[in-house]
Amino acid sequence: MYDVAVIGAGIIGTFVARELSKYDLKIVLIDKEADVANGTTKANSAIVHAGYDALPGTLKARLNARGNTLYDQVCKQLDVPFKRIGSLVIATNKEEMDTIKVLHRRGLKNCIPAMKILTKQEIIKMEPNLNENVIGGLYAPTAGIVSPWELAEALAENAVDNGVELKLEREVIDIKKIEEGYCIYTKAENISARYVINCAGVYADKINEMVTSKTFTIHPRRGQYNILDKSVGNLVNHVIFQAPTDLGKGVLVAPTVHGNLLVGPDTEDIIDKENTATSSERIALIRKTARKTIDKIPFHKTITSFAGLRATPDTGDFIIQEAEEAKGFINVAGIESPGLSAAPAIAEYTVDLLKNLVGSLKEKTDFKPERRPVLRFMELNAEEKAAVIKKDPRYGRIICRCESITEGEIVDAIHRSAGARTVDAIKRRVRPGMGRCQGGFCGPRVMEILARELGKDITEIVKDGPKSYILIN
Amino acid sequence: MLTYEIVVIGGGPAGLAAAIEAKKNGIESILIIERDGELGGILQQCIHNGFGLHVFKEELTGPEYAEKFIHELKQMGIAYKLDTMVLDINKDKEIHAINTIDGFMTIKAGAVILAMGCRERTRGAINIPGTRPAGIYTAGTAQRFVNMEGHKVGKRVVILGSGDIGLIMARRMTLEGAKVLAVVELMPFSGGLTRNIVQCLEDYNIPLLLSHTLTEIRGKDRVEGIVIAKVDENKKIIPGTEQEFDCDTLLLSVGLIPENELSYNAGIELDPITYGPTVNEAMETSVEGIFACGNVVHVHDLVDFVTQESRRAGKNAAGYIKKEIKKESQTVHTHPEKGIRYIVPQRVRIANVGQKLDLFMRVDNVYQDVYMVVKINDKEIKRIKKKHLAPGEMESLEIQKDDLVCEEGSMISILLEKEGA
Ligand SMILES: Cc1cc2nc3c(=O)[nH]c(=O)nc-3n(C[C@H](O)[C@H](O)[C@H](O)COP(=O)(O)OP(=O)(O)OC[C@H]3O[C@@H](n4cnc5c(N)ncnc54)[C@H](O)[C@@H]3O)c2cc1C
Ligand SMILES: Cc1cc2nc3c(=O)[nH]c(=O)nc-3n(C[C@H](O)[C@H](O)[C@H](O)COP(=O)(O)OP(=O)(O)OC[C@H]3O[C@@H](n4cnc5c(N)ncnc54)[C@H](O)[C@@H]3O)c2cc1C
Repeated sequence: MYDVAVIGAGIIGTFVARELSKYDLKIVLIDKEADVANGTTKANSAIVHAGYDALPGTLKARLNARGNTLYDQVCKQLDVPFKRIGSLVIATNKEEMDTIKVLHRRGLKNCIPAMKILTKQEIIKMEPNLNENVIGGLYAPTAGIVSPWELAEALAENAVDNGVELKLEREVIDIKKIEEGYCIYTKAENISARYVINCAGVYADKINEMVTSKTFTIHPRRGQYNILDKSVGNLVNHVIFQAPTDLGKGVLVAPTVHGNLLVGPDTEDIIDKENTATSSERIALIRKTARKTIDKIPFHKTITSFAGLRATPDTGDFIIQEAEEAKGFINVAGIESPGLSAAPAIAEYTVDLLKNLVGSLKEKTDFKPERRPVLRFMELNAEEKAAVIKKDPRYGRIICRCESITEGEIVDAIHRSAGARTVDAIKRRVRPGMGRCQGGFCGPRVMEILARELGKDITEIVKDGPKSYILIN
Repeated sequence: MLTYEIVVIGGGPAGLAAAIEAKKNGIESILIIERDGELGGILQQCIHNGFGLHVFKEELTGPEYAEKFIHELKQMGIAYKLDTMVLDINKDKEIHAINTIDGFMTIKAGAVILAMGCRERTRGAINIPGTRPAGIYTAGTAQRFVNMEGHKVGKRVVILGSGDIGLIMARRMTLEGAKVLAVVELMPFSGGLTRNIVQCLEDYNIPLLLSHTLTEIRGKDRVEGIVIAKVDENKKIIPGTEQEFDCDTLLLSVGLIPENELSYNAGIELDPITYGPTVNEAMETSVEGIFACGNVVHVHDLVDFVTQESRRAGKNAAGYIKKEIKKESQTVHTHPEKGIRYIVPQRVRIANVGQKLDLFMRVDNVYQDVYMVVKINDKEIKRIKKKHLAPGEMESLEIQKDDLVCEEGSMISILLEKEGA
C-alpha cells in the first residue's frame, strides 16, 4: 500500500512526485510509456513564460508567475539547461501595438517584473534579423527557455533517489475505491494507494471518470513545429512572439537551450488523443506565418518536425482540486500552456492541497535536492576532456558525431535512476540522434550499447514504445 | 603536442589515396585519423560489385577496392589512428581529436587534407509529414545493419528516392527476402546511375515511380503503411492520385550532404550548391594549407573519380609542404551557367596548371543531344557533343593549358546548348 500514487510522469507528475519526496511518504509514480516525459512534455515550445498572458485572477496567472521564479533554483539543483533569455512580443501595426499594451497591463496585474514596451529601434538593436515592418513590442526579460523532457527526467531521477518508485509501461485501465483508498488497475499489476494524484495530461478526464462522473472534458489541440539546424540557432536572441490577433496567436521563433531554432506552433482541434502526426499543410502554414516577422528563416535547414497535444479543459483554467465525488483523489488536469512554466508552482500547490487533506506531512531530514551532475563532454575544456578520458576511456569514444556525444555519456544515461531503456530515451537524455543526421549513423551503435548494458539481445531494443521494434529477428 | 607534416582527416578512399600520393611525393610524416574501427570509409558497407573499372580496370566490391589501398598504405608505413574522432580544427592547422587510448590529443599539422566524406539526408531534412514510428531508415543505415551486422530491418519495404544507395538497397533487401514494393522518386528522372536502375530494379521487377512523393506515414509504434501521390511539373501534389502501400519499412535515399561541420567551424568557405569547401586547382580550400578531396568536396558517384581527385590533393599538399606551389599567380574563377549546377574547382591559379586543367561538374536535369560549351570571358574555347547527360552522373572535361591564356579575374564558364541552337 502506497501513501500516494501519482498517475502520469510528464513534467507535472514528475514535479509533483519530486515535491512529495521531500516528505515521509511511500510514493509511486506511474506511466503507461516506456520512459518519463513521453506525452506533451516532450513536444511543446519549451518556453518558461514570463506570465503576462494569462488572465489576472486565474490559477494559470498565479501559478505561471510563481513557477517562473522557481526555475533557476530547481534547474541548478538538478543540472538541467535553463536560460533566462527574455521574450519579445512583436507588433507590426497599430492594432497589434494596442494588443501589446493590453498584455503589458495584464502583466502588471499579474505582478510580472521588469517588462518594458520597446520602440522599433530598440527591438531591431536586440534582434537585427527581424523584418523591417516591426513597429514596437513588449519585452519581458524574465522569460526563459528550458529542456522540458530533460527537466522531467531529472525530476524523476531525483525523486527516485529520494525514495519514489517509478513504474513505467503501466497503463492505468481502471481505478476502484477501496476501504483505505484506491486500487489502480494496470495490465501488469494492481497498485493501491491512500491518495491518488491524476496528472495524466490529455487523458486526465478519462482517469477522473474512473472514479467519478464526468466533471470536465479535455480536448486535444495539436500544435506542430519545425526544428532547424544549430548553424542557424542564433538567428534570434530572445523568444520572439507575434502579437495575438483575432486570427490566431501567431507562431513563435526561439532558440532552444541546445542551440537549435524552434519555429511553431499552429493550433488545430483534433479528436484522437494519440494523433501527434505532422502534416505538410500545417507545416507550410507555420512557415508562412513565421515569415511575417522574420522572412530570413532558412527553412531548408530544418532537421525535423514534430507535433504536441495541448490538454485543453472545457473549464478554461487549470483544474487542481480534490474530486468532489472521490475523497483523496486529486485532479491536476487541464494543464495546457503555460503548464510547463507553472509546473514548479503547480507541484507546491498540489502538495499543499494534499497536506490539507492529510492534516500534516512530515518533512524528511535526508532529502537530497541535488542530483549527481551530468558530465557533458563537449562542454569541458581541453584539460578536463583529457582528464575524463584518462579516468574512463569510454568518454574517448564518440558515438554521435553530429552532437559529439561519447559512449561514456550514453552509458551514464542508462544507469542513472529512472534511466534510459529505449533509443528515443537515450536521445532525449544525451541527444545522440537529435542532430543533423537524426540518428542515421549512431542509431545502430546506441542500440548495441543499450543491448550490452541492459543485457538484452539487440533485436529486443525498441525505438520508443514497446511495439516500436527496429530490427526483426 | 603531436606534430606531422600532413594530417588526413578521414580514412575512406579519399583519405587513403591522398595519403599514399603525398608519401609518393616525398612526405615522410603523415597521419590519417579515422573515427571508425577500420579504414575504407563507406566502401566497407558496399558489398556489391562495380568499383574500380577506371583505376584498376576490373570490377571489385567496395571492401576489395578499399583493401588494395589499405594494403599499399600499410606497406608504405603510413601512420593511422582508428576509432579516433576529430573534434575540431583551426586555421593554424591545429587539430583536436580523441580516442580511448591516447585520450585527448592536440595535433599540429603542416598541411591538412579534409576527407570526411558525406552523410545521408534524413526525413527531417525533406520534411516528410506524419507520425514518427520505428521502421524508417536512411538507406545507408539499413545497408550497414544488413551488410555489416547481418540484421534484418523489415519485410515489406518502400524506398523513397532513387539515389544509388536506394537502388542498391532495393536489390539487397530483395535478396534478403524482403518484398520491395516500389521506389518512389520526386523528380521525373532517377538520381542514380543508369547501370543501377537496370541491375537493381528492372532485373527484379521493382517498380520505379517517377514524379511521385510521399504524403503520409502511418503507424504509431512501427510503420504500418505509407501514402504516396503524383506530383505535377512544379512538384505540387496532384489531388486524387494518392496510392497506399501496406509496408513496415521505409528507406530514405534522398541525397547525401558533404560532412563539413569541421570545415565550417574552421572558417573555411563552403559552396552553397555542393555544400563542400570551395577549392582551387590544387584542391586547396579557402584556408591556405588545408586541402580537401572526395565526397567532402562534392558527392561523387564513382569511387575512381574520388581516387583521382584525392591523388591530386595529396600531391599538392606535398607540394605545399615542399614549397613548390606557386601562391602568387593569376587566379581565374569557374562559373556554372545554363544547365550546369556546379563546377569543381571553383578557383584556378593559372601558374599551377600543368599540361591540362580537369574540371568536374553536374548538370541540373536530364538532357539528350546537347553541347557542353566552355567559354573564357564569353569567348568559346571548347564544344563537346553529349548524347546523354543526367544529374546522377558526374561529368568532367579537360582544358589544355594553351587555351587558358587569360588575365587575373577572368571567368571560365560552362553551359549547355541544344544541338542546332
Ligand atoms: C504545442 C504546445 C506548446 C506548448 N508550449 C508551452 C510553453 O512554451 N510553455 C509552457 O509553459 N507550456 C507550454 N505548453 C504546455 C505544456 O507543454 C504542458 O502544460 C505540460 O507539458 C503538461 O505536462 P503534463 O505532465 O500535464 O502532461 P504530459 O506530459 O502529457 O504527461 C501526462 C502523462 O500521463 C501519462 N498517462 C496518460 N494516460 C495514462 C494512463 N492511462 N496510465 C498511465 N499513464 C498515463 C502519459 O503517458 C504522459 O506521460 C505547450 C503545450 C503544447 C501542446
Ligand atoms: C551506397 C553507395 C554505393 C556506391 N556504389 C559505387 C559503385 O558501385 N562504384 C563506384 O565506383 N562508386 C560507388 N560509390 C561511390 C564511392 O564509394 C564514394 O563516393 C566514396 O567512397 C567516397 O569516398 P570518401 O573517402 O570521400 O568518403 P567516405 O568513404 O565516406 O570516407 C570518409 C571517412 O572519413 C571519416 N571521417 C569523417 N569525419 C571524421 C572525423 N571528424 N574524424 C575522423 N574521421 C572522420 C569517416 O568515418 C569515413 O570513414 C558508392 C557510394 C555509396 C554510398
